[in-house]
Amino acid sequence: MKIGMLQGFSGPTESLVQPMAEGGEHAIREVSESGLLLGGRTVEVIRADSTCIDSAAAVAAAERLVTSDGVHGINGPTCSGTTTAVINNVIRDAGVVTISPSATSPALSTIDDNGYFFRTAPSDARQGVIIGEILMEKGIESAALTYTNNDYGRGLADAIEAAYEERGGTITNVASHEDGRADYSSEIASLAAAGGEVLIVAGYLDQGGRGMIQAALDTGAFDRFVLPDGMVGSSLTDHFGTALDGSIGTNPGSDSPGVELMAQLGEEAGYAGDDSFVPEAYDASALILLAMQSAGTTDSSVYKDHVMDVANAPGEKIYPGELAKALEILANGGEINYEGGTAVEFIEPGESAGSFRETEVRDGRFETVRYH
Amino acid sequence: MELLNAIALLTNFVLIPATAYGAQIALGALGVTLIFGILRFANFSHGEVMSFGAMAAILFTWFLQGQGVSIHPLPTALLGLPVGILAAIAVTLIADRVVFRYYRQQRVTPITLAMASIGLLFVLAGLVRFIIGPEHQNIADGERFLITAFEFREMTGLDEGIGIRQTQALTLVIAVIAMVALFWFLQKTRAGKAMRAYSDNVDLALLSGINPDRVVMIAWIITGALAATAATLYSLDKVYQPFIFLQILLPIFAATILGGIGQPVGAVIGAFVVAYSEVMVTYAFRRFIGYLGPADWAPESMVQLMSTNYKFAVSFIILVVVLLVRPTGIIRGKVIER
Repeated sequence: MKIGMLQGFSGPTESLVQPMAEGGEHAIREVSESGLLLGGRTVEVIRADSTCIDSAAAVAAAERLVTSDGVHGINGPTCSGTTTAVINNVIRDAGVVTISPSATSPALSTIDDNGYFFRTAPSDARQGVIIGEILMEKGIESAALTYTNNDYGRGLADAIEAAYEERGGTITNVASHEDGRADYSSEIASLAAAGGEVLIVAGYLDQGGRGMIQAALDTGAFDRFVLPDGMVGSSLTDHFGTALDGSIGTNPGSDSPGVELMAQLGEEAGYAGDDSFVPEAYDASALILLAMQSAGTTDSSVYKDHVMDVANAPGEKIYPGELAKALEILANGGEINYEGGTAVEFIEPGESAGSFRETEVRDGRFETVRYH
Repeated sequence: MELLNAIALLTNFVLIPATAYGAQIALGALGVTLIFGILRFANFSHGEVMSFGAMAAILFTWFLQGQGVSIHPLPTALLGLPVGILAAIAVTLIADRVVFRYYRQQRVTPITLAMASIGLLFVLAGLVRFIIGPEHQNIADGERFLITAFEFREMTGLDEGIGIRQTQALTLVIAVIAMVALFWFLQKTRAGKAMRAYSDNVDLALLSGINPDRVVMIAWIITGALAATAATLYSLDKVYQPFIFLQILLPIFAATILGGIGQPVGAVIGAFVVAYSEVMVTYAFRRFIGYLGPADWAPESMVQLMSTNYKFAVSFIILVVVLLVRPTGIIRGKVIER
């Protein structure tokens, strides 16, 4: 049996995706080696590159997975724009269960997917609310906002702006930025002209988001940043060091015991189990396989209705590394409540309710403040 | 005080970045205009020659950094620059030998040569990505700032700071040296005069005994040297990424045509006009006007002509307007003939 690992291996997310793919494949390996899935079936992983920005490439890759490789489920894609394209052009008609670990655009909550699409990452609408709350709590009354010019960036920026202004904050100026440019000084100049206590950067840490921060620091326009999930990663703090101290980060995460276990699993296998979206990737793979076990079939049209059952209560709580136990319970007709690495709680129409980690940069490192 | 703040603001966000950017474009445009003057075709491969030169400089810089060589507080890439220049010269000379010389001997039209240079563009682009990869590379080391915006504010007590990066200052200094050397060469030396004569009137130059092969060779050598210098400075100041050298071709050509094709002085003027336009058209003047107006007042709108998303459109608009209104450019240059 085959599972597709459709992630943005090339493009703006390439450094984000490497540990994600390993996390996602870890769960598959765990299930496959247990010999308990549907009476001892083994699972093969097939990687495909969804890129992050090239919808045509993502659709072609998904098409290949579904038709020529004949996968029974897909973990991916990584970014919201490519995910939308893949659902509209391939998944809805082909009918293969697809769980994205990291597509967070609010638009995906209402997309017509015939029930085949899920995500273990919460919608950015939720992240917008949390960022709005954090800013007001810290007494930050005005902020400038920049976003990477794609579905993810625009969706998140809209969510932040709406939530922040609803709570009485002022967004002084909104400017998008393009990824892959050498120089962002004019974008920063126009944001600086409007002022604001902090700059909210809804972008990617290896791309324009980093360039924007660089230009802001160089010109002294902003020295404190708010960094949503696409910007939280050690490569950002490695690059800027203590210059980012005081900046606020938010990314999906929780204080459930699953987080620790996930980090441990990753450490043993040699990848960063606590990086952004790595637990989500593990959970996406696990949910596909556990739903199959629950349904007793690899047929997507049947097991899609079991994803919500295994993800939510009632049942025994399952954490990373306990997939064999979960398979056994399901095989014996029992019920499970998959918690995984992100305290998974699915809400309609098949997405994670979302638990977020608030971080602050101290001494050039993201440090957890608390969970929302 | 308000006036000083307004000046500091404009210096920090417009003057400094636009001047450094203008110097980088000027070095590139000089190469394009020189080749047009001597060989009479639009050399589209120029961006990739720049990329190749910068790549060689970066590779050698890495080697030096690996050996522990450092000229702190100056960036190590300055030591890599001569290697980049040699590499770019080698590329231009080899390209001329295997591609352009053949077409020259066939006496083809300029458009054929331009097309051949697009072919060369793709070959070089592939080669560069093959050697160093498509990702961005950061080579800046040494002191980052001459003065940071924060230090400036502390020092002067103004609300607005001026940050000057060391790489911006270096860019300007090296660009000025390169331009002075080039103009001195063209005006004062025998070879330079021969080049100008060749550019003005080929037949007359040939009749007076100027060796055309030598003129062409010198033109390529200068072009390669300027290209590598421009690209290395650009990469040092901003970031190196192969893709960017396709983007930067547009402002370079806009500057060349605006200044007058085949006119080195025009190329420099054109480059600064393009750079300043690009930055000023997309700059939001709200805070600037706020300082100049009555106290505690600022305009409601951003006072921004164009969103920064359309930055690259500025070069396009300049190109179109120049070609429509004054095709010869600021300093009367050649008109592209069929």
